[in-house]
Amino acid sequence: MTERSPASRRKAPGVLARIARARPTKPGEIYGVPGQGNTLWLSVLSIAVLLFVWWLVTAMGWVKPLFVPAPMDIVTKFISVWQTGFTGTPFLEHVAISTSRVFGAFLLACVIGLPLGLAMGMSPVMRGLFDPPIEFYRPIPPLAYLPLMIIWFGIGETSKILLIFLSVFAPIVLGARSGVKSAAIEQIHAAYSFGATRWQVMRFVILPSAMPEILTAMRIGIGFGWTTLVAAEMVAATKGLGYMVLSASQFLQTPVVIMGIIVIAFIAFAFDLLIRFVERRVVPWKGRM
Amino acid sequence: MGLSIEDVSVVYPAADRRPPVDALSRINLTIDDEEFVVALGASGCGKSTLLNLIAGFLSPTSGRLVLDGQAVTGPGADRAVVFQKHALLPWLNVLDNVAFGLQVQGIGKSERHKIANQYLGMLGLDGFQGAPVYTLSGGMQQRVGIARALTCDPRLLLMDEPLGALDALTREKAQELILNIWNDTHKSVFFITHSVEEALFMGTKLVVMSPRPGRVTHVFDLPFSRQFLDGAPARRVKASREFIEIREEVLEIIFADEEAAA
Repeated sequence: MTERSPASRRKAPGVLARIARARPTKPGEIYGVPGQGNTLWLSVLSIAVLLFVWWLVTAMGWVKPLFVPAPMDIVTKFISVWQTGFTGTPFLEHVAISTSRVFGAFLLACVIGLPLGLAMGMSPVMRGLFDPPIEFYRPIPPLAYLPLMIIWFGIGETSKILLIFLSVFAPIVLGARSGVKSAAIEQIHAAYSFGATRWQVMRFVILPSAMPEILTAMRIGIGFGWTTLVAAEMVAATKGLGYMVLSASQFLQTPVVIMGIIVIAFIAFAFDLLIRFVERRVVPWKGRM
Repeated sequence: MGLSIEDVSVVYPAADRRPPVDALSRINLTIDDEEFVVALGASGCGKSTLLNLIAGFLSPTSGRLVLDGQAVTGPGADRAVVFQKHALLPWLNVLDNVAFGLQVQGIGKSERHKIANQYLGMLGLDGFQGAPVYTLSGGMQQRVGIARALTCDPRLLLMDEPLGALDALTREKAQELILNIWNDTHKSVFFITHSVEEALFMGTKLVVMSPRPGRVTHVFDLPFSRQFLDGAPARRVKASREFIEIREEVLEIIFADEEAAA
């Protein structure tokens, strides 16, 4: 048992053969749906390569720092803005102001948009009345109607929040509206056969089954909100991340511009993760029945 | 008493360059107390339309349905439906799914959970009260659906191919389970299936339907479910000479319909 004959030792596959040999697979792993598999390490690699190219381009002096500052400059700038603020306002206040503008607009859009979208899904009257205005303004870029916002609502907080609100509102209404169609006819019939009223069917069947689409709509909506933030803070703002990026660009402070962009992206991404977490808790059944 | 279907026709109006469809033509049928009526027929014969009529999801174009002397005008808790699938609510656990009908009727939480637990026990689902329904197997989901239908103590249980999505073994077990429940609860049942063997084994009355227009062509009285409930093993009932003879007769009728349609 302990002693192996030379013959059997020769048969043992070498390291190379073992690496090249195919692993056992589960059905569907090879001849399955295209696009399966974990992407975490590739994502890490992609970020690492981008950072490396960025560093290389600046370290070799191929591009002037005015156009592309070095990664370390961004970090240094971030620390200095964190400590001393930007244009006399502490960094965290910029963050807080922008975040509250986006979230204020987002909450407002949810409070008005979700009931409206659900009503549009369930009532042809509501759909007929509200479909044209929403479909009309939805594809227009916020920058195009920004001047109107300023003329109508001035340069204060109202027009800023309204601009973000409008960009969040449409996807939320449309998501809630199409979520209404998620319930299977059997689920609706089951409720009616127990003597449910129309209202009970909406409350106990339509609304819960619309939740996955509503959460997706909220995710898309908040994304649009961050996209519109910079446009909103073009209007006579003195605080906020969008303002920080815009005014830094006017003074050619490229490190602050890039830093601001990264901070906005980071906050938006963190919130996206939060909604995904909520999604797993609230609708763990999504796509499973 | 019971349900009587009196000269009922359903015509689906023309649409999309399609002529009007005679889904059901002059159906006369009664479902008496404690009767187990099975509808069988080629696809398009109107079985499901008939079930939707009884459930009240659909109104007849002409004729009427009468349940215990009252005309059927819409869905109601006296007729519970067991669907083929997709009818459970995945955001509720097993217990709340079973108690859903009682919740809709405004019965308090502890009371409805008590009743639901009783039926969960009857269907062998004890211990799964807190499980999410989407983690259950198809057979167990179907038992949850049956338990839910029973909680409101309906007069009539309507089953729309409830076992169609199950594998053969689970299906035979489920057939026996449904017969036992029917025997214990004394409900009337209207049951749709595509399987001739299932239809013969389970029904006390078999209604064979035929398409274009959907109509009842044959009615058989069946002894087999009684034989099973009196103690004969299911497989032996299904292998008896009498069973096989009727099975072939019914198959011939259905194949003739399919060929006429082709």
